[in-house]
Order: sequence, then C-alpha cells, then structure tokens
Amino acid sequence: MLNGTVFKFGDNVDTDVIIPARYLNAPSPEELAQHCMEDIDSSFVRRVQPGDIMVGGWNFGCGSSREHAPIAIQASGVSCVIAASFARIFYRNAINIGFPILESPEASERIAAGDRVRVDLNTGLITDETSGETFQAAAPPAFIGKIIESGGLLPYLKARQDAK
Amino acid sequence: MGMTMTQKILADHAGLPSVRAGDLIEAKLDLVLGNDVTTPVAVGVFDKAGFTRVFDPEKIVIVLDHYTPCKDIKSAELCATARDFAKRYHISHLYDTGAAGIEHALLPEQGLVGPGDLVIGADSHTCTYGALGAFSTGVGSTDMAAGMAAGENWFKVPAAIRVELTGTLPPYVSGKDVVLHLIGQIGVDGALYQSLEFTGPGVAALGMDDRFTVANMAIEAGAKNGIFPVDEQTLAYVKDRFPRPVKVYEADADAEYTRTVEIDLSALRPTVSLPHLPSNTKTVDQVKGLPIQQVVIGSCTNGRISDLRAAAAILKGRHVAPGVRCIVIPATQAVWLQALEEGLMQTFIEAGCAVSTPTCGPCLGGHMGVMSAGERAVATTNRNFVGRMGHVRSEVILANPAVAAASAVAGCLADPAELDGAVEDAGPYKEGLNPC
Repeated sequence: MLNGTVFKFGDNVDTDVIIPARYLNAPSPEELAQHCMEDIDSSFVRRVQPGDIMVGGWNFGCGSSREHAPIAIQASGVSCVIAASFARIFYRNAINIGFPILESPEASERIAAGDRVRVDLNTGLITDETSGETFQAAAPPAFIGKIIESGGLLPYLKARQDAK
Repeated sequence: MGMTMTQKILADHAGLPSVRAGDLIEAKLDLVLGNDVTTPVAVGVFDKAGFTRVFDPEKIVIVLDHYTPCKDIKSAELCATARDFAKRYHISHLYDTGAAGIEHALLPEQGLVGPGDLVIGADSHTCTYGALGAFSTGVGSTDMAAGMAAGENWFKVPAAIRVELTGTLPPYVSGKDVVLHLIGQIGVDGALYQSLEFTGPGVAALGMDDRFTVANMAIEAGAKNGIFPVDEQTLAYVKDRFPRPVKVYEADADAEYTRTVEIDLSALRPTVSLPHLPSNTKTVDQVKGLPIQQVVIGSCTNGRISDLRAAAAILKGRHVAPGVRCIVIPATQAVWLQALEEGLMQTFIEAGCAVSTPTCGPCLGGHMGVMSAGERAVATTNRNFVGRMGHVRSEVILANPAVAAASAVAGCLADPAELDGAVEDAGPYKEGLNPC
C-alpha cells in the first residue's frame, strides 16, 4: 500500500523536463534525482518526501528513450506515477525497472496537487483521502505482473535462462 | 482478419502464424542498438543481473554519438564503460569517434539494418529504420540489456494508423514537412502505442532520405514505429550495403487500421513547429520574421546528404546574417566526405557556417551549440521541448533544411521561396535589407 502527497503536472510531460539531457552524463540515480523536474518545477526536489505520488495528464513521459527518467523519479522518493496515459517507452521502462505506474484518466483529472492519496498496487485502487473519491486503475496484464514480481525484466529473464 | 505490415514482421519473428493488435508476444531480434548515453545504464543492469554472455556479438551495435567527441570527464567515463563492454563481449560493431556517425543515419548507411528486420534500440529515434521496411522501435536501457542477453524481447502488438500519401513534393518541401504536418494534424500522442504505416502513390515521390526523416519522427506522434513499403528505391538503397537476404513484407488487403490520414504532398507548404511541442505546427509564411540567434542543420532527422544539399543550395553565394550562428553537422563520416567532394563544405564555410564532426550534440542540448536564456534557434532536429537545446528559457523551432538555411541568411525565421532564384532577385533579402 502506497501513501503520499500529490505533486501534479499537466499533459505531455516529456523526458527532457523529467531529467534534462545536461545531466545524463551522471547516471547514478542519486545524482539524477537531484535534478528531477527542475525545468518545470524548481522546488520539486526540495519539497518531495519519500512515498509521495506524482500525477500527470495525457502522454506522460513522451520524448526520448532515456531510462534515466523513471530512474530519476523513483530515486527522488516518489512511490508511483498516476497519469491519464503514458508514452510507450516510458511505460516499458517503468515496468522494466519495477517502478509502479497506473493509468487512470479520471484520477488524473480529479486528484489535486497537495492531496493525500493512497494506492493499492494489488488491486489498482486509488483513494484520494483529501476528497474522499476513489478511482480504479486497470490492472497490468499477467505477463507484465510476472516481470514486476521478479523485480524487473532482467531478473525475470535471468531466472528463466537459469531454469533452462 | 488480415495483418498490417508491422504485425506480419512481429508474427514472423515470434514464430506465430498470425498476431492481433493487443497480443503480448516474445519476438526474436535481428539487431540491438545502444549509444553512449543508454549503453552504460544497460551494462549496469546486464552485469547486476549476473549475465555473462551476449546472445550474438554480431547483432549488437554500439554507437558513441551523443556527447562525443567526449565533452567532459563524465562523458568520457560513459564512453569508457561502453568500450569496455564491447571489448569484453567481442562486439565488433562499436562505432567510436572517427568511425561514428549519428546512429540512425549510420546503421542504414553501413548496411546493418534492412527490410524485414526487427530492431530495438536504446534511443527513441530507432524508429527511423521503418523507412527500409523494417520494424524498429526505441526502448530503454533495460530492454537493451534484455535484448543483448536473450536475443529476444516482449512486445505488445500495435494497432495501426494508415497514412495515405498522394501527389508530389513542391519546391522547398521535404520529408520533414510531411511529418511535421502529420504530427500537427494528429498530435504528439495521436499515434500512441500504434504503428504509422505510410502507403499510397505519394510514397514513390519520397526519396530514401525523406523517408528516413518521416519514419524518424514517428515517435514524435507517440508511435511505436513508422514504416514504409519496400519499393525499387528501397531495394536500390540496400543493394551493395545490406549483406543479409532482403525480406519484403506487405500489409494484407484486409488489414485493420484504426484510422486513415490522407496527405496530399502537392498541397504542403514548408512547415515549422513552434515551441514547445512538435505538434505546434504552422506553415512558415504564417510565422516568418521571428528573430533567431542560432541555426542547427543536422541530427538523425536531417543530417543526410540530401539535407546538406538543400541547405547548401540556399547558402550558396549568400552569407549567414550578423548575430546568427549557423552550425552544420553532417550525420556520418561518409556524408561529410560526400559533402566535401560535392563542394558543399566550401559553400558552408564561405557562408559563415561552423561545420562540426558528426554528433547528436546540440539537438539534445548536450554540446556543440547549447543556447543561453532568451535565445531562439531554427533547427532541423526533432524536438522543441522546454530546455531541449540549452537554457530552460531558450526556444527551438523545428524546420526543414531549406527553411533553416534561409533563416540563417535572413536572421529570422524565413521562407526559402522568398530567397529563390538569383541573389539579385531576392527581394527584401538583397542589399542587406533586414526582413525580420
């Protein structure tokens, strides 16, 4: 069960604002986290607390393939991202590194910045404790669930290869 | 139910008779690509998971193109990690400074990818190879690592949008304008999770370089891939380059598409994307006159020989306007040499351009042309997001090479048609009159 305060962003949050390319030559998660979102919210890094929840609009994570983007968000302390929709490479990257993301246009629209939100990753149930509203995100396909259970794509593949 | 061209390639590589949109499949990879930004992260997860061999060293390509020649110590360390990995696993297709070019111009040029291939690359513009009739898509570093370890990866079979092209390209209109127009029409998530399948009689009017440009920016509409049918031009391009057998796939007549977008090439005008989204398109005549400080001609989108020719045709006998920096970046060593042989380099230098060795550099605000606060560039690159080419308060306008070159000469966003013909017929642009 995740529980945190919401940082809210708009549509088409791109990977260049999630983590600008000028920091990509420092690939340690901790260094990346220091610059997460700084070009659209310079106080984000200072204010975010472990467990907080990021809410975006449509097409969250569009742009480059940099896995540094979900890595930076994860390392900043954010526990999951809820968005109306995700750009597909960001979606894959988040799954592959075992970082929880939930797709819910309703939650994306209704949840306000600063709300306290609770997320049950097993059921996909999102509860806005501030407003009292609940939202149901789609559960990931079973195959993707297996990858997340294994702790990411590489551990999943390694276990499978070792079993052969 | 028939299959799209993309679905047929995926089905074949998954060993399945057919697939449908939405199916989750595991498919074999013909090629796995990474660069100096994404490979080191992939190496980290590959090693951490305990893998000790790659599936096939000949099917892995690493191109050091983003921050190279290395701009600082951190970048040098990234390249060292990538080189060490290539050495450790006997990956011969490591393209280092001197051999490297911008990956998505380099791979087709070197014959490393061809029709019918299934390619993943840890760079979002890997979708470029759809111009050759391949399925290619951008992925992250963990996917690259998985591909290197297993030689296969998981895919969700995409639905498709058909883009029906008719007509021929008017002067100063290129593949760039086709794809900017398309993105403007359907939006930056208009093709999210889907394929863009280009078809129709207008395909024949697009040369290979134009097709590379169009397929390259499929990702800017959110697409998983963009793909062109294989025709005589494709076969002529891969002949003498691509050593493996060519596999030609065609969409079934009854393939299902979520929608069809029709584009009459003849009706297109030079098109630009204003800050800060590629979908924020206008025709150049609507917005000409915006002052600029920089022009960048190059990138995986527009750094090929046709692009340099289009720019040089405008710059020949003219000079870059005072107060404007014009940076020209041939995408590969071969493009560089050909531009030299054709006299284009002399044109660029005489016009007052800076010509760089191949690098992605300024496109992502990495190096070789980073902007300060308040500056604006016209660039032939692919993204104009906030802070993309430097300071968070700098701006990028996306354009084709002719528009970029005309803008460099004018000192503002300019329509190349107004520079047409001899210099003396250049209207307001002659005698140093400033139209901006």
